[in-house]
Amino acid sequence: MIAKLCPFPLSPEGEKRIDHLLNRYPDKRSALLQVLHVVQDEHGGYLDMDCIKYVARLFGLPPAEVYSVASFYTMYNLRPVGKYLIQVCTNISCSVNGAEEIVAHIEKRLGIKRGETTPDGKFTLITVECLGSCGTPPAMMVNKEYHEQLTPEKVDKVLDACE
Amino acid sequence: MGEMKVLLKNVHKPNSHLLSTYKEGGGYETLKAALKMEPSQIVEEVKKSGLRGRGGAGFPTGLKWSFVPKTDAPKYLVCNADEGEPGTFKDRVIIEKDPHLLLEGIAISCYAIGAHRAYIYIRGEYEFGAQVLENAIREAEEDGCLGDRPMGHDYPIYITVHRGAGAYVCGEETALLDSLEGRRGHPRIRPPFPASKGLYQSPTVINNVETLSSVVDIIARGGDWYASLGTEKSKGTKLFSISGHVQKPGVYELVMGTPFKELIFEIAGGMRPGRNLKAVIPGGSSTPMLTADEIDIPLDYESLMEAGSMLGSGAVIVLDDTTCIVKETYRLAQFYAHESCGQCTPCREGTHWMVQILKRIVNGQGREEDLDLLLHIGDTLGGNCLCPLGDAALGPVISSVKKFRDEYLEHIKNKRCPIGG
Repeated sequence: MIAKLCPFPLSPEGEKRIDHLLNRYPDKRSALLQVLHVVQDEHGGYLDMDCIKYVARLFGLPPAEVYSVASFYTMYNLRPVGKYLIQVCTNISCSVNGAEEIVAHIEKRLGIKRGETTPDGKFTLITVECLGSCGTPPAMMVNKEYHEQLTPEKVDKVLDACE
Repeated sequence: MGEMKVLLKNVHKPNSHLLSTYKEGGGYETLKAALKMEPSQIVEEVKKSGLRGRGGAGFPTGLKWSFVPKTDAPKYLVCNADEGEPGTFKDRVIIEKDPHLLLEGIAISCYAIGAHRAYIYIRGEYEFGAQVLENAIREAEEDGCLGDRPMGHDYPIYITVHRGAGAYVCGEETALLDSLEGRRGHPRIRPPFPASKGLYQSPTVINNVETLSSVVDIIARGGDWYASLGTEKSKGTKLFSISGHVQKPGVYELVMGTPFKELIFEIAGGMRPGRNLKAVIPGGSSTPMLTADEIDIPLDYESLMEAGSMLGSGAVIVLDDTTCIVKETYRLAQFYAHESCGQCTPCREGTHWMVQILKRIVNGQGREEDLDLLLHIGDTLGGNCLCPLGDAALGPVISSVKKFRDEYLEHIKNKRCPIGG
């Protein structure tokens, strides 16, 4: 049922995780944020309207209600993102330790501005709020991985390793 | 005074995150002993210890627990691991390096308040931390430390890790509950308070990671022992995450009342060569700034309050003389405007207008009357919302306008930054 309703091919692990989450709380709705995380992971890192409608059916909620929740939280991408989502922290402890230089370096290297995706769909660059890496600044996340104490050279190494 | 490792006693051990390492150091023995005590005795020990909420508000933990009605209705414990206040990275250390300390603290606290289920609400970005916690829960359940019969006792305790999805406001306890129920994270109207109607309208206690972790040693060594540390009203040890312009940023555990200057200039290595201290944000980005000559004080709740700021989450952000205060204030104002949930008009509009005004000052288009306008927004925004986010936004803005007025005026008169920020 979970896989059958899904508008895109869901992996067996994804199906298992959703099934587990839907039965994990005294009130099913509590699983909404967690299921959105799984669906986004399974759907190439973003949620389109078909994903929203799918989740709405799983929970028996109107799609507008699910969209309202998804749009509240910054980690749900409601538009396509690159294969690698680069998130650079520019909050205070990173900004006083060179975060803007890191952003400028990535912009130059990839030929895009913050908020944009490279034409080949490989990288999306955004700036984000505090990642909790204030003691090891500047910091960024590439997809789910943290990279800290960044220098332009270190950034290059990380991006070189992205295939 | 000075450094003392209670919460951080395990974090430097190899494989500190594993159950075997934790048990070698006597792990879960305190839970075993606690489950033989009366729950009320545990609450009493925590009251005696003087422990106060380490998330930022500093509310007495034992008192918070005692508000839970003694009925048979299901009760919940929620661990607030939504560490999102800029400058704060203390809970991350416990979560990633000593997850079992947190789990043991949660289990003891569950028993004390009569809960069988606990949720750890962890910020979405800490996915690694969430995995560490999930693995730790699995290990502890398989070993019989948690689950159906924790340490052989007939008191089931189930702990679930619940990830957030990127919303600072969910660190506010009632917004957190809405988020945990699968909704937008909007703070609730109080009363009713969570202790009577919280998660699923049931009695709920919400405590910070560091608070719950502190419970383990309080029960192991006694409330009196904990209360013997620190000052008259600020007891025990506290984690300080220090960042910004210091040579050795990091998380340090200090006995309450340690001199502020000792933390900055000795423990954290002081300023870089040739630079001087300009300002300190003492307890997370929402706490009012202190100037370099205002920090000759001890680090405890009361001293920071007297100095016109707050101990908050213990997140010390140090700024040296290369910092443009206006630019950094603008940056923090942007953060709060971005994170305002939009529910209360004064916060939604006020945080937005502060950003617009600060932006034009930074861009050399400011007017002298803008400074009084910022202070006026403070008067209309402060205390007029359902949660403290709006007030938090005022912390850096109001304090910097008052204490660094000359720097603002230079931006306005010369139409550019005197420091080149």
